[in-house]
Order: sequence, then C-alpha cells, then structure tokens
Amino acid sequence: MPFEEISHTADWSLRVWAQDLAGLLTESARGMYALANAESSLSDVEEQAQGPRVRRELLLKAVDAESLLVAFLEELLYLSESEGLIFDKFDILEINETKLNAMMEGGALRSLEKEIKAVTFHNLKIRESDGLEVEIVFDV
Amino acid sequence: MITQNDLTQISETEWEIPQSYRSDMRGSVRIFATRELLDHVLSDKSLEQAVNATTLPGLVGAVTVMPDMHQGYGFPIGGVAATEFPQGVVSPGAIGYDINCGVRLLASQIEVESAIPHLEMLATRLNQYCPSGVGKDGMVKVSIPELERVLRDGAKWALKNGYATQADLARTEENGTFKGADPRKVSERAKNRGRSQLGSLGAGNHFIEVDVVEEIYDEKAAAVMGLREGYLAVQIHTGSRGLGHQVCTDYVREFQSVVHRYNIQLPDRELVCAPMDSPEGAAYLGAMRAAANFAFVNRQLLAHATRRAFEETFAGKSKNWHLHQIYDITHNMGKIEVHEIKGKRIKVCVHRKGATRAFGPGAPGLPPEYQAIGQPVLVPGSMGTASWVLVGTQDSMTRSFGSSCHGAGRMMSRSKAKKQFSGEILRHELGDRGIHIRAGSMKGLAEEAPDAYKDVNAVVETVSQAGIARKVARLRPLAVIKG
Repeated sequence: MPFEEISHTADWSLRVWAQDLAGLLTESARGMYALANAESSLSDVEEQAQGPRVRRELLLKAVDAESLLVAFLEELLYLSESEGLIFDKFDILEINETKLNAMMEGGALRSLEKEIKAVTFHNLKIRESDGLEVEIVFDV
Repeated sequence: MITQNDLTQISETEWEIPQSYRSDMRGSVRIFATRELLDHVLSDKSLEQAVNATTLPGLVGAVTVMPDMHQGYGFPIGGVAATEFPQGVVSPGAIGYDINCGVRLLASQIEVESAIPHLEMLATRLNQYCPSGVGKDGMVKVSIPELERVLRDGAKWALKNGYATQADLARTEENGTFKGADPRKVSERAKNRGRSQLGSLGAGNHFIEVDVVEEIYDEKAAAVMGLREGYLAVQIHTGSRGLGHQVCTDYVREFQSVVHRYNIQLPDRELVCAPMDSPEGAAYLGAMRAAANFAFVNRQLLAHATRRAFEETFAGKSKNWHLHQIYDITHNMGKIEVHEIKGKRIKVCVHRKGATRAFGPGAPGLPPEYQAIGQPVLVPGSMGTASWVLVGTQDSMTRSFGSSCHGAGRMMSRSKAKKQFSGEILRHELGDRGIHIRAGSMKGLAEEAPDAYKDVNAVVETVSQAGIARKVARLRPLAVIKG
C-alpha cells in the first residue's frame, strides 16, 4: 500500500509515497478517502462510488507543490461535502509544482464514516527519497 | 524533543520554558500542569508546538498552555497566545478550523429520580430532533442572503426567527453576536458548505449530553446560575461546521504567500498569519467573526430542538420542564481584549485554541448577575465521565489572559483507540452504568473512548489549585447523543 496511517494524539496523520508528484497526489486522495471510511483497503474506496459515473475536470494553481497537494485534497473534501461525490480514477493531464490539470472520475458517495474538517499545512514537506514522500495531518 | 530538564518549575502547578530555550522565541511558554499531567504533555509534540507559537510577530507575554493540552497541528490544543493589536498578527491556525467551537449548558427543574424512567425516550427524541453525523443536513436550510444575515447578526437572527429568548442571548458570550463580522469576507464555497448545515451537531468529539448535577462546590455561584443538586442539565458541544472549516482553510491557504509579503518567518507553515492592520488580517478577522456567529446560531438551534425534546418527554410528567441557559462559551476563537501586562494595559488579540475564556468577577461583558461570581467556564469531560462548571477568577486575568481549560484533553491517538476499544462493547459498558448512548458510528464511538482522554478531574483540580478557575459544580452523564 502506498500510504499508511501514523500515530497522532488528536488528529489523523497519513504518510504517502509515490514515484512522482502525480502519483503522490493520487495516492494521498486514496489515503484520505480510506481514512474517512475507517478502512484501509483500496477496494473499499472503489466500492464507495455508486450510481452513474461522474466526470470532473480540475484546474488548480498554487504557490508550491505542498500548497498544490493541500488545494487538491481540499477540492475533494469540498466535493464530497457539498455534492456528495467521491472519485476513484484520476487522469493527470498536466502537472508541475504550481499547476494541476486533471480529469477525475467517480460516483455518488454512499456514506462517510468520519468527518474530516480540513487538510493542514502542519510540518508539510514533500521529501525526495527514492521517489517522493510526504506526511499530511488532517484535522478531524 | 523537549524534556523536563528544559523546564523551570514555578509552583506545584506551573512550569516555564524560558525564552532563551530557542533563539527565535519572542516570549516564554507557561504551562499549567501538575507533575503527573506534565508527563502526558511531554509524551507528544505539544510543547514543541507551544514553542513554535511564541514566534508569532507581536506576541505579548508568554504563550500559556492549559493542563488539558495536547498535540495539535501548528498550534497546540489548550494554547493561549496574545498578540498586540493592531500591529501584531492574527493566525487562523492558532484559532483552529472549527471557529467558535464551544459549549452551551442548559439547566432544568426536573429531578433525576423522576426523569430516569423517561431517559430512553428523551435520548431517542434528542437523537431525532438534533441532526448529527457526517454529511447530515441541519435543521434549517437557508438561502445565501439569509445566511449572510446569520453571519452578520449571530444569535440576534435566532431571536428574530423564534429560536431563542432574550435570556439565552444575555447568557451567551458576546451576547451571541460578534461585532465586526463581515460576511463579504466569507467565500462562496464556505457559504455553500454552511447553508445546509445550520442546526447540526456534526461528528467527532461533538455531542449533546444530558447530565445530573451531582455535586455543588460553590453554593452561592450555583444559586446565581440556577444549578441545583440532583436536577437535570444539558450540554451542547459543537461549532461552525463546514462553514468555519472552509473559512480557516481559505485563509491558511491565502496566508501561505501573505507571510512572504510581510517578511514573516515561521517554523511551521500551519502558523501562517497576517498583521491585524493589514487588509489580509482585517479580512480574516471579519470572516472569523462571521463564522463564529454561525456557530452561536448553530448551538442556539440545537438548544431549541433540545427544548422540544424535553417538552415532549416531560410535559405533564414534571411540574416544570423548561430549560434555562447557564452560559454559552467559545473555546476556539481570537478575541480583542484589554489585558494588563507588566503594569500596562494593552489591547491584544487573545488566540484561544482549545482554551476557554475565564473572566473573573467584575470583568466587562458579563451579564449583571454574573458580575459578582465571575464568568461560568464549562468543561465537558470525555464520554461517560464527569463534566464541570467553574468560574473565572481575578488570578486568571493576570496569569493566563483570562483563560482556563476546555476539557479532558486527548492522550491516545485515534488510530490506537480504534484498535484498542470496540464501540459496541463501550456502548454496553456505558449502558450498564445507566448511560444511554445514541451514536451514528461505532468506530467513531471507539475513538472517543474515555480512556483515550486524560482524567478531567485531574485537569480541573490543576486549574483550581493554580487559582485560574474555581469549582462550582460537577455533572454526571445520563444520556449522550453523538454523530
């Protein structure tokens, strides 16, 4: 699994690793959905998407790669809370440290076990280590 | 990692990390804790986070932390930091995503013995009338223009629309309306998240709890408040829901570049901030107050629904089933207050994140009947354990920027609690003790297991011994409604 939950007194912390930035964003999204469902297997994320398939194009700009990661995850949180959508397929069309263009596919969210209030910037740093690695703290 | 060797003991209940500990500190860290509670504090990164908080530009005095403190993100939970107004900074992360998360306490004239046969029904009705859980809509859905009136007027909106009484407003911090709220500084996205969530509890550690007043410690203060031993009371713990989360999210993201504009260096990006006299800082203050007004209305609507559940359950069975408000306090907020620092009265923004305002007798803004006793401080315990009603003191004004603790404080991670406890077993155990539980998620319930928290009694003993709050009453839970 390209992500794991790590211990944090009050909130949730997720360690994610991938070959490149596109992979890091995608795996972070899957990790976040898994945490919200209190499940840790990827197939459960896919089982969450129900009904007719929905496609959304995403265009985001940010000041650096960390901000881009936060903006991307926040976008997904917003779509789950305001429109009840969950995405399981991410086609990254263009990406660099300050810009993301992606086509996402998913469906209606069956239910979420737990509420994520926000994605934080707490000690957020994307590190190079045989690919890329990051630890993300969520406020829950 | 900070160890006990880095701390100077001031008294049995007070410790200091001197400003000399790290070169970028602008003040010291003051910790209210007994030696035992300090061990919990030293076991996670909360003190590193408190040291980081001392780097906020314009910091006045020490960053003060309460005995229920624990690791958060950026700024520790249980932390208090004051920055000079208006040239100092305001930091959204030092207030938290759940802006004006807080507690409301209502009390009744219903004796516990007469209520016991009806508690099951009461819990069911509370669960039915008070929406809770992830992704659940609130009691009312408002249009965007109506929502903007909620954001501007706070509890006054609830009064005008029949959800509140004048007496409720009088016993709410700021009378339920923060002045200077600016709905224009709240994003469309935040408004969209909030408009369907007004009057909803949410999930996580939020709850509605029916209690019995088990013991009175200060007869005079309890009589003024209307708290009587052996009678029912209700606590409501929630905040500004998705609207507040989005306001904080928006400004933390915007301030990532704003800090460069004002040449502010910080050890953690979550602490990003802006001078209060800058356009960006002023915008956040306006948006934060708007979100806080939303939270006041949210708790007011839930109080309204709670009264309905009480009326339907106890009308005809009890002589007087009405619930009167003791107080409503915020424990995640930035407030402009005047405090005396080294003999000088200074206007500051007091950031309280998981800390409660605890103004002493005679402080401005308290309702007339509380002028002599001090402000009620509401300290909910973890699920199934005691909760406390305290009052602020003169000492809290001089030693903790008029602040005290806000709860038990977590000590075990959610992932560990989830592995160690079962929601189902926990519900049965609490049921055996006569506590009725209504919970949307068994996994969520396991994460909130009482043993994942510090002992609230030890936390309250500490602030009481330190003199920054005084005990008035202890409450024991009878029914808990959670998302």
